[in-house]
Parts: sequence; C-alpha cells; structure tokens
Amino acid sequence: MKLADTLYFASGSLRGSPTRTLLMMLAMSIGVAAVVVLTALGEGARRYVINQFSSLGTNLVIVLPGRSETAGIGAGMMTGQTPRDITLDDAEALLRSTAVKRIAPLTIGSATLSLDALNREVVVLGSTASLLEVRHMAMSIGRFLPPGDIHESASVCVLGIKIKQELFGNNQAVGQWVRLGDRRFRVIGIMSSQGESMGFNTDEVVIVPVASAHQLFNTAGLFRVLIEAKNRDVIEQAKREAEEILFQRHNEKDVTVITQDAVLATFDRILTALTMAVGGIAAISLAVAGVLIMNVMLIAVAQRVKEIGLLKALGAPGRQIRNLFFAEAVLLSGIGSLAGLVLGYAGSMIIGQIYPSLPVSPPWWAVLAACGTALGTGILFSVWPARRAARLDPVAALSGR
Amino acid sequence: MIELQNVSRTFTVGDQQVAALRDINMQLGEGEYLSIMGPSGSGKSTLLNLLGLLDRASAGTYLLDGGNVTDLSDVQQAHVRSQKIGFVFQSFHLVPRLTAAQNIELPMMLAGIPAEERKQRVAELIASYGLSERADHRPDQLSGGQRQRVAIARATVMSPAVLLADEPTGNLDRTTGWEVLKLLEQLTERGITLVIVTHDAEIGARALRQIHMLDGAIISDEKRAL
Ligand SMILES: Nc1ncnc2c1ncn2[C@@H]1O[C@H](COP(=O)(O)OP(=O)(O)OP(=O)(O)O)[C@@H](O)[C@H]1O
Ligand SMILES: [Mg+2]
Repeated sequence: MKLADTLYFASGSLRGSPTRTLLMMLAMSIGVAAVVVLTALGEGARRYVINQFSSLGTNLVIVLPGRSETAGIGAGMMTGQTPRDITLDDAEALLRSTAVKRIAPLTIGSATLSLDALNREVVVLGSTASLLEVRHMAMSIGRFLPPGDIHESASVCVLGIKIKQELFGNNQAVGQWVRLGDRRFRVIGIMSSQGESMGFNTDEVVIVPVASAHQLFNTAGLFRVLIEAKNRDVIEQAKREAEEILFQRHNEKDVTVITQDAVLATFDRILTALTMAVGGIAAISLAVAGVLIMNVMLIAVAQRVKEIGLLKALGAPGRQIRNLFFAEAVLLSGIGSLAGLVLGYAGSMIIGQIYPSLPVSPPWWAVLAACGTALGTGILFSVWPARRAARLDPVAALSGR
Repeated sequence: MIELQNVSRTFTVGDQQVAALRDINMQLGEGEYLSIMGPSGSGKSTLLNLLGLLDRASAGTYLLDGGNVTDLSDVQQAHVRSQKIGFVFQSFHLVPRLTAAQNIELPMMLAGIPAEERKQRVAELIASYGLSERADHRPDQLSGGQRQRVAIARATVMSPAVLLADEPTGNLDRTTGWEVLKLLEQLTERGITLVIVTHDAEIGARALRQIHMLDGAIISDEKRAL
C-alpha cells in the first residue's frame, strides 16, 4: 500500500468519527499549547531579568565590603568584627588596574529633602561624574556631577525626574537651592526618566558628590564600587586585580568582588531550569493526552473489528493494518500539535499584550520538545492498539467475534 | 488447481476438541462451479475459510495452483489472498464510510496499484455491474442487491482465480438473490473458479458440482450432467 493511500485511508477513518477525532485533537493541542505558553512565560521572565541586569551597565564588576563566605562562617563573624570600610582612596586605587576603564563609587542613604515648606524623605546616592556612563544613565536638563577630585564635597545635586516634579512642578529647577538634611545644595541637573530597574527607581533619587554624601551620613565607607572593565574579555582580569589591589591595601581579604556576568549566569541558570520544569509539568498533560489516544484507539479497534477482518480478507498483511492505525495516531497528534502551536502562540501574544514589559516568546527547544512529545506519545500509545488490530484472527474478526 | 489432502481442522473450546473438518480430500479444477451444502454446523464455512487462506488446517496439505500453501507465513498468505482469491460474504462487509467506488477500489489500494490504473478498472466494473448511478453512494444508501453487487465487483477487481461466496444470497429476497447468483455464474464463463456455500437446495442445485457435508466430513460429491 502506498504511503499517500495509507494516510488517505487513515484520515478517512478519522473523519468517519468526527466528534471523537476532534476531542482527541483538542486534548493534544491543549497539551502542546500549555507547553508553549508556560515556557514562553518562563523564557519571558528570564529575558526580563537579563534585560534588567544589562540595563545596569555593561562589563560591570562590583566591589562590596565584607567577605561573603559561601561555605562556613566568615572570619569577621568569628571575631565579631564588622568588615573594614572601602574608602574613597581604595576606590581610586582601583584605577591602577589596566583592565579598568572607569570606576564609580557609590554611597547610599536616606535624608529629608526640603524646599521652602515642602519636604520629603528621599534616597540619596553619593557618587562621581563617572556614574552617568557606568550606569548608562541619561540627563534630561542641566549637567551631571562635575568631574574632579573625588574628595571634594561640592554642594551640588542632581534630581530624579519624579522628585523634581514633586518639588518644582513645571517651574525651573536647575540653579535653585534645596536643603538635604542640614546642608544646602544647588540643583545642577535633572535625570531623564528611566523607570524601575532592579527594584531601584532612579526617578526618585537625589545624586550628590560622594564626599558630600559621606559628610551628610557621617561615614567614610562606600556601599559599592562599580567598576567598568575595558571590554568583555578583561572582566575576569579586572576582578582579580581589584581583589589584589584591595588585599594589598587592607592586608586581608575583606571585600567581595562579583562580576555582573557571574550574577547574570546564575539567574540565567535558575530561570532556565524553572522554565524547563514548568514546561516539563505541562508535558505531563501531553502524556495524559497520549493515554487518551490509546484508550480511544483501543475503542476504535474494537469498533472496527469487522473492517479489520475485511481488510485482511482482501489481502492486507498485519503490518499494513498496523501502519493504518499508526497513521491515524500520527495524523491525530500531528494536527493536534499544529493546532496547539497556533493556540500557544496566540496565547503568548495575548500575554505579551497584557504585560508589554515581559518579552514573551516560546523558546524553540520548547516548541520542538512539545511537538516531539505529542507525536512521540501519540505513536507510542498507539503501538499496543495497532498491534492488537494487526493480530486479529481474520475469521473471528469477520464474524465480529 | 485446488487440492486438499487429508485436511482436518479442530477447534479447542475450553478443554474440549471440536472437529469442524475431518479428513477432507477434494480437487477443484479451473473454472469449476461448486456448491457446498449441508446442515448448520457441518463445517461449510470452515472449509471455505480454509480454501480462502483465512484459516489454517490443523492437519493435511493444501495445494493451490500447484504450490503448497499449507505452511505459508501470514504475510505470504495475505499476498496470495490479495492476488488469487476473492470473497463474497452474506452480510456484504462493505466499509460504511466509503462510497461504492471506493469500496470496489479497496483491494487495489491495499495492493499498492497506482491511482490512475485503479480509477480505470473501477470505472469498468461499475459500468458492467450497472452501478453507474450509485458509484458515489455510501453502502447505507444502497439496496441489498446493490450492496452485494458492489461486493462482487470488489471481489473481482483484482481478477482472482477463485471466488469464494458464503451464503451470498442469504440476506437478499428471492428475486434479488437470483440476480446476484446469475452475476456470479457469469464469472465462471470467464474461467473463475466459483465456490458457493448455501443452505438453499434450489440454489445449490444450479452448480455443476455439488458437495454435501455432515459433521465436518464430505458425504457426497456429485457432478450434474449438463
Ligand atoms: N472459532 C471457532 N471456535 C470453536 N468452534 C468453532 C469455531 N468456528 C466453528 N466452530 C465449530 O465448527 C463447526 C463448523 O462450523 P461452521 O461455521 O463451519 O459451520 P457451517 O456449516 O458454516 O454452519 P452454518 O450453516 O450455520 O453457517 C461447528 O460445530 C462450530 O461450532
Ligand atoms: Mg457458515
């Protein structure tokens, strides 16, 4: 029997019982659609997180105070010491590394910002002129912090766009004086809107020179030092040299240096695993659909015993009968998975419309896996019914016994 | 062209042995017209199924066209059925979702014959069996006589050497039954070997050779004078 004829005959028997066929395809397509949509969501979450990280800056190496021991108890914990501060001089020393392009020290605190009678609590970032480039930020009006001596505590500040709106409304802000804590600062620029990034809204911060922030919060220690490596290839070198430089200066390892890549890779791994897990759970519904196919196929064999007997009498060997039932299973799961793909992509698009910030698109491997599983279970679960049909005794089958 | 030597067939029911055929010996020549008669349960259908290679003998030898087909594998048996044997059943056994033409085409499709050739052959048969107006009708839209004519067309579409009919008129009224019988008899004029199993003595008497069976054995084998 020719392949085309086999498929034609099989599709004929499927059309012969349309309700049953449609229900089976529905089960298949729901399974495939579930895999597609769920993995699209997982993949979307992964890309979202990675985008968020990338918007922090490129080729970033981050220095933070304190030794983070991943195994066991750190030295500081044993002796009860707090880790040594990272000072501004430490930060400047990092520039000695040839792998470092620029650095931006970072101090964080909160203070009361007031203008005349208006006041509100704000997050204050202390940094240098480099922060603008390192963190990929952009100005709306005016200038960013002036370059110059890292120790100079100029009384200038840059406002986030939202703070500016709250304090000044539509009035001119640049050139005005505001009060931050007990000190007066002149507004020299307004950041452009960047929205939330890693739970940290740059629209709602006030940025001052790092030395001024240290005076404001009465501290000498930095919260972070952001290092931008010269290029991707020297990120590891920058990390190593930063560790060496600070070790020489502190005579002990009391800082942690992490690369953005490492953090990213961790998130990437976690979220990919999550996506696969979710996809795997959805694939279980495909297996359920497979059992359904087997059940319905067994019923079909029972219902068509006479037909099978006839085909044998007309000269069809068992192998041909088996192929006919296989073809039915392949058609069912094939068309079912196509419908599921359409459903799944439509579903992903709808989710994309509802959450525009989530880049939902099903990963190719999930699409392949879903269709493969659908076809695989369809064929696997039809092996038994097809064999049963192929082995029917023609005389008994013809008499319907 | 057909020869059975000491063929018997026993069925095992529970722990009992039921002998459906006992030590059958017979020869059948090309173009012969044979009827098999006998009471219910005498083994007529069992004999016909054996002749049609749908069943296997428990003992004995079956020669078809000079070759021994007793111990052929299932696949080889299926091939012989496809090429040399046509069946006509009491209950027609048409595939309900296929049209008359598609039912007739079925054996050729299973045999892997190209579509153009199939279409041509089916068209010929449909015309010669007077089914032209019914070609695209499904079995449930046909009368009993028309269904049996479709079944006969299907049985002959591969030009078999032997046509085996088990009570071909059993589900038809008298007149239609006679028409169908005439159709089958015409086939013998073209050299087909025809074997008809029947209860009806009048129908059986039309065959040139008649076999009577009882309890799985042939009790008489007579040739009628022309
Ligand atoms: N599959 C089977 N299992 C057990 N016994 C069987 C089987 N098929 C036939 N028999 C027995 O073999 C004997 C012959 O059966 P067969 O069907 O050949 O009779 P028949 O002459 O065709 O009868 P009828 O005229 O009623 O069709 C019967 O006794 C029957 O019970
Ligand atoms: Mg019978």
